[in-house]
Parts: sequence; C-alpha cells; structure tokens
Amino acid sequence: MNLNTISALVLRYLFLYTRSPMRLVELVFWPVVDLVVWGNVTVFIQKNTNPEFGSFVLFFLGGMILWDIMFRAQQGVAISFLEDVWTRNLLNVFVAPVRTLEYVSATFIVGMMRIIITAIVLSLISWFGYAFNVFTLSWWLIPFFANLMLFGWALGMVSTALILRWGQAAESLAWAIPFFFQPAVAVFYRVEDMPVWAQPIAWCFPPTYIFEGMRSVMKIGTMDWSYLWISFGLNLFYLALAGWLFAWILNLTRKRGLLTKFATQ
Amino acid sequence: MAESDTREVILEARELHREFDGVTALDRFSFKLHRGEVLGLLGANGAGKTTAMNCLLGLTLPTSGDIFAFGLPFHQHRIAILQRANFSSAYTALPGNLLVSQNLSVFARIYGVPDRKKKIAELMDLLEIGHLAKRVTGQLSAGESTRVNLVKAFLNDPELLMLDEPTASLDPDIADKVRKVVRKVQQERNIGILYTSHNMKDIEEVCDRVIFLHKGKIVCEGTPTDIVARSSSATLEDVFIKIARDGEIIDETAKDKAS
Repeated sequence: MNLNTISALVLRYLFLYTRSPMRLVELVFWPVVDLVVWGNVTVFIQKNTNPEFGSFVLFFLGGMILWDIMFRAQQGVAISFLEDVWTRNLLNVFVAPVRTLEYVSATFIVGMMRIIITAIVLSLISWFGYAFNVFTLSWWLIPFFANLMLFGWALGMVSTALILRWGQAAESLAWAIPFFFQPAVAVFYRVEDMPVWAQPIAWCFPPTYIFEGMRSVMKIGTMDWSYLWISFGLNLFYLALAGWLFAWILNLTRKRGLLTKFATQ
Repeated sequence: MAESDTREVILEARELHREFDGVTALDRFSFKLHRGEVLGLLGANGAGKTTAMNCLLGLTLPTSGDIFAFGLPFHQHRIAILQRANFSSAYTALPGNLLVSQNLSVFARIYGVPDRKKKIAELMDLLEIGHLAKRVTGQLSAGESTRVNLVKAFLNDPELLMLDEPTASLDPDIADKVRKVVRKVQQERNIGILYTSHNMKDIEEVCDRVIFLHKGKIVCEGTPTDIVARSSSATLEDVFIKIARDGEIIDETAKDKAS
C-alpha cells in the first residue's frame, strides 16, 4: 500500500468537496432528514400506543405508498432530463423544434407512467406481504394520486432547473429534493404530532392535506373535502412557480452559455 | 463572391456580439449564408466558432446583434426555423441505449416526417448503414455513429444544415465517404450548410466559401482557392496556422495593388 497514493486520492475527494458546495449540502442533508423523520415517528408512536389505536402501522404503509407515488412523479421528470444529459442527447433535443412546454409535458407523462408501475407493484406487495389493501381507500385514491403527482411534477421541474443551472454537481438533487419536503408534509405522522412551530409550515404544502386525508379515510372512511381543494389549489400555485423557475433558469443558461457546456460535458 | 450572390439568404448574422465575463468571444460577427452554399467557419480553438454556432442554434443568447433565418428573426420564430433546419455535431450523440432505428424514429416524429420508416430506410441506404438499424446505438463505431447522426440531420429534408466538425475522429476512408455524401445530398437538395472543421481537406473539398475567425472577429473571407492565393500560402492549412499564430494573413493581392 502506498500512503502517498491514498493521501493523493483523499486530497482529490477533498478538492471535489471544495469545488462543489452541492456535495457539502448532500453530506449533511441525509442525516438531518433521517433525524427529523424518525424523531417525529417516535413522538407519534409514543402518543398513540393505546389499544384503540393499534393500526397505526397501516398508516405507515399507506403513507409510504403515497409518498412513493409523489417521489416517482418527481423522478419521472428529473431522471428523464438526466437521461438526455447522460447520453449527450440534450443538444439534439434543444436544437430540434421542441418547445419547452412540450419537453416538460413529455417528462410529466413519463412521471405518470412511473406512478402507475409503482402503484401496482407496491399495492401488490403490501397486500400479499402485509395484508394491507390500498384499495380500502377506494375512489379517494384518484384525487390522492392526482394531487401527489402534481406536486411531484412541480418538484421535478425544480430539480431539473437546478441541475440545468449548476450542472453535474447538482445531479444528486434529482433524488434529494423530495426528501427536503418529507419531514414537513406529515407522511408518517399527523401534523398535530409535529412541533408546534413546524405545523404552519406543513400546511403550506399540498401533500400534507393528502396524507392527513389518507389517515382520516383509513380511520373513519371519509375526509374533509376542503383538504382536497386546498391541496389542488396549492398544487396549481407550485406548478406555476416551478414552471416559472424552470423557464427563467433555462433562459439564464442560454444567456450565460451554460447549456452547451453542460450538454457536452 | 458573397456580395454579388443573388441566391436567397437563408441565414444571416448581423453584428453578433458575445461576451463571457468580460471576455469577447464573438466580436460584431456578420455573415450571410445563401441557399445551396456551403460556408466553412474556421479558426483555431477559442476563435469563436463554437460560440457562433451555439448562438446561431439558439443555444446561447448573443450579448447583442441579430440572427435571421429564412428572413425571420430567429428568437421570435425559433420553432418554425428549426423545423426547416437541422444540426449534427461530433460532440453530441443519440441515446446509446436505444436501437438506431428507435433513435431515428423518435427524431422523425419530432420533425413530423411523413412515412417515417421509408424515409429512414432511404437515408440509411444513402449513407450505406442500412444494416445498422437494429444495432444498439452505443455500440457503434465512431464512423457508424457519425453517419447515423447525419441520417438524423437529413431526416426533415433541411434547407439549412449546421455541421459541427462532422469528420472529427473519423479515419480518412470514412471521412472521405462522409464528405462525399454531404456534398451529394447538399447539391441534390440545394441545402445551405454552415460547416466547421479543423480538417482543411474537409474544407477544401466541401466548402464553397470560408470565413476565418480569430478572437471572435472575421479576419479573412473568400473561396478556399482565393484565400490561399491572396496569402501567398501553399495550402489552406498554412493560412490556418498563420491566422492562428499571427491573427491575420498578409494579403499579397492588396499589397500588389497598392504598389
């Protein structure tokens, strides 16, 4: 073993971190997310261990499945874009008569396809493996899926915009961005189990209404309709915001000449 | 010469200027490309060719100046113009994990090519790569890949074609085939081509007219033969080296006239 070689390689990785702030973000991001999510889960379990409320484990499964729906929608958008980057096809697409909206719409559709596949697979596994039938949510599943998909698309556009702006260094955001929101949208615990200061933040995001609605439907068979409408309204707002951000950054990359550098890396 | 050319102008840059962090990459660059003409854009690395090409393709916005294609301002009519144009570069690729036929089919759909299968088959035969249709794109050789890219570039019967170093990394045999095919298709279909290359053989064989860039400025313009004669150089490659090193060529014709 040559220590010089090892130290040179260590230095090379340290250089990578100093050259790329995104990698530093990633370094602290996952531990923080884990801590917050499981901290909240612990509080939830501590508060709900009475005999009347023994089915909370099913909430976990429901939450996990719905969370994955949103995650796959986001991935459909972000990974489709990255596929073009990885295969050096991006320039071919951008010099073809393709409107930005057309490109984004195509990635939305890919996102929708990923949702369908994910939903089928997870439903089957949870049914056979854990006796959890996601269809107990009956027709509520349709607005749940639709709302989570819309938010996933918005996050996908944000991820893509950031990757466009910061290039390869930001690629890990394609996977990380949804998890920025996971602690805040009450996937595995109720909003009321979150710290008081965090609760108003949670209600700013559409998925919170869906996850709260899911627990309500699983518990009492129905939910507050206003949750669906608020979620849908917020989704429209976030989609518009993400669309604006994407268009603004795309224009910025053209202005700064970053698009070609990034696409031919 | 360009000034007396009565053919339709299909691409025009007017005073195109581009700066990156205070460094001028393109300095009031103007030119016209006519229908049926092959115009070579030459210069050493960093001369401004790629910046010019990227501006002309709408990938980079110029700091100032205007671009017109088919008489239309580029940025206001980007989609309509790109529908009538195409592009191929040695530095881009079609997705390597798809079959050649799948890739071409995708782009044929994007360009709205009628009777896609027939068109793709015709072009593949023209470029002598009909046997590659069911091959995985990522497994092709550089020569095969270049020709597949050219099929993509010809799919929509472009009136304007931008080729960025199409023979880069090709062996002399394949490069010769590529040049011949480009010239053949260009002449048959009366396409206007903007062509960049570092291979002067390419330029002499394919281009009707060339523009030499140095530090973003046009330093020399004319037919390859004319430029060689004016600079008292033996070859176009000598001219290229002179411009790359000195930034200009001594115009012997002008000197004679002056004396």
